[in-house]
Amino acid sequence: MGVITDNLDIWIPALLGTLRIFFFGLIIALVLGFIVGAMRVSPVPIARVMGSAYVNFVRNTPLTLMFFIFAFAVPPLIGYNNREVLGILAIGLYTATYVAETVRSGINTVPVGQAEAARAVGMSFGQVMTHIVLPQAGRSVIPPMMSVIIAFLKNTTVAAGFSIINLGMMRSYMSERGENMMVVLLWVAAIFVVLVFILGAIQNFLEKKLKVAR
Amino acid sequence: MSSASVLYDVPGPKAILRNRALGVAVVVIVVALLAFIIYRLFATGQFTYEKWQAFTYPYVWSQIGLAVLRTLGAFAVAAVGSLAFGFLLAYARLSSNKLVRLPAAAVTEVLRAVPVLVMMMLLYYGFGSIQGISMSSFAAVVIALVVYNGSVLAEVFRAGVESLPKGQAEAGYSIGMRASQVMNLILMPQAIRSMLPVIIAQLVVALKDTALGFIITYNELLYYVRFLMSQETLGRPIIPAVIVGGTIYIILCALLSWFATWVQKRTSRSPKVKVAETHHPGNPGDQTTTQLMAQQDAPEELQRHIDKNAPPRTGGHGF
Repeated sequence: MGVITDNLDIWIPALLGTLRIFFFGLIIALVLGFIVGAMRVSPVPIARVMGSAYVNFVRNTPLTLMFFIFAFAVPPLIGYNNREVLGILAIGLYTATYVAETVRSGINTVPVGQAEAARAVGMSFGQVMTHIVLPQAGRSVIPPMMSVIIAFLKNTTVAAGFSIINLGMMRSYMSERGENMMVVLLWVAAIFVVLVFILGAIQNFLEKKLKVAR
Repeated sequence: MSSASVLYDVPGPKAILRNRALGVAVVVIVVALLAFIIYRLFATGQFTYEKWQAFTYPYVWSQIGLAVLRTLGAFAVAAVGSLAFGFLLAYARLSSNKLVRLPAAAVTEVLRAVPVLVMMMLLYYGFGSIQGISMSSFAAVVIALVVYNGSVLAEVFRAGVESLPKGQAEAGYSIGMRASQVMNLILMPQAIRSMLPVIIAQLVVALKDTALGFIITYNELLYYVRFLMSQETLGRPIIPAVIVGGTIYIILCALLSWFATWVQKRTSRSPKVKVAETHHPGNPGDQTTTQLMAQQDAPEELQRHIDKNAPPRTGGHGF
């Protein structure tokens, strides 16, 4: 415990850094992910093509490379160099592809007959989506979306390789202060285990609550 | 694209016009974004000979080749290792012995919750700080990937086994098979077959995660890209190096994803799978996490197949 209580001045900013990346990255990932997911099921062919191009391109790119691009290649291009903002953009753009795929497969899980029946009784596209498809898709999307969010939380540590302050950086900070790195890293791992278990409990709760007898 | 045509009718004249307008808007936005990037690339002189001269030397390319080999080497060892470790954990977790099952479950859950990078640091710096034990960066990368992907794969195997109809195991027992025979000869082969797309998708994740190795100084592809872009004598080719390195990564991962599709097509052609499906219609409405994860990772052609198989959730969150 001494490792933490003696160095609270670093642990707290690091934890806040992780939570900042998590929070703002999640907003980017969810907003962009929903837009791209919607593009991929839209009636506009070119939007579908663009959406799947983005998803296939970014998902075959390692997250480390995304950070790499935003940390080293983007600053000279746009003349902006705030590592944390750029890092949040990198992880947000990366996670958005997973959000998009979750949304798309959620919409695809709604049986064909549902939308067809709705159209048969004369509902418009907007009505079909808001009254029939999205309420059902939402239920089946939330548990896997939580999995995406959990993976995203773990991925925030990659920012440590690009000197963005977060829990993954604790090792280098603490070794400067001469702490035992093994102990520090075990604590970091323990914090993540706790955070992941909390999110996992929320996931289980939502899954039970949203389960429908179909 | 049967999935997309579900939501809307064949467009009429009005809808066609509207869709075209939307299509034009999308194209304009995307083209504007790309044009801005290309303009900035030109404006900052990224297409000059000086920036790209590094890639005119055969030596640089041979070094890139070696770095790719080190990436693939770490991936190959990690892939084999995580499959083996995954089987081990899955067998332990499916054991009828509580003393085996419960520790295996705890280990799987904890290992899955630790970020891969933290695991790598633990192995490389953590053990390195203890006198007498030191680990090469290669070993740290491989072991961390094995431990993490193995525990994710263990859940995938387990979900595959548990999704099989009960009669499969019962039939095995009734003709006098032992528990290990039932598992090895009846349950696992079917589970692996139905989970193959998820398994390969997880291996793509392992391949992508080898790139984390550069943070703990394993000299794989990204490490070499970083080295190249810092060379003053080559004109610090930051953006060319990123373009070359990124292209190589995307090609490698796309090849593996393509392989997943190919394997899936082959296995779904097999008559054995058809039989298994008729015996196990699943519940079409009961969408599970595993299915969704599988769908996310699987190409579109696979999805109808996965829908039918309907394995239970693994709670898998591995990418």
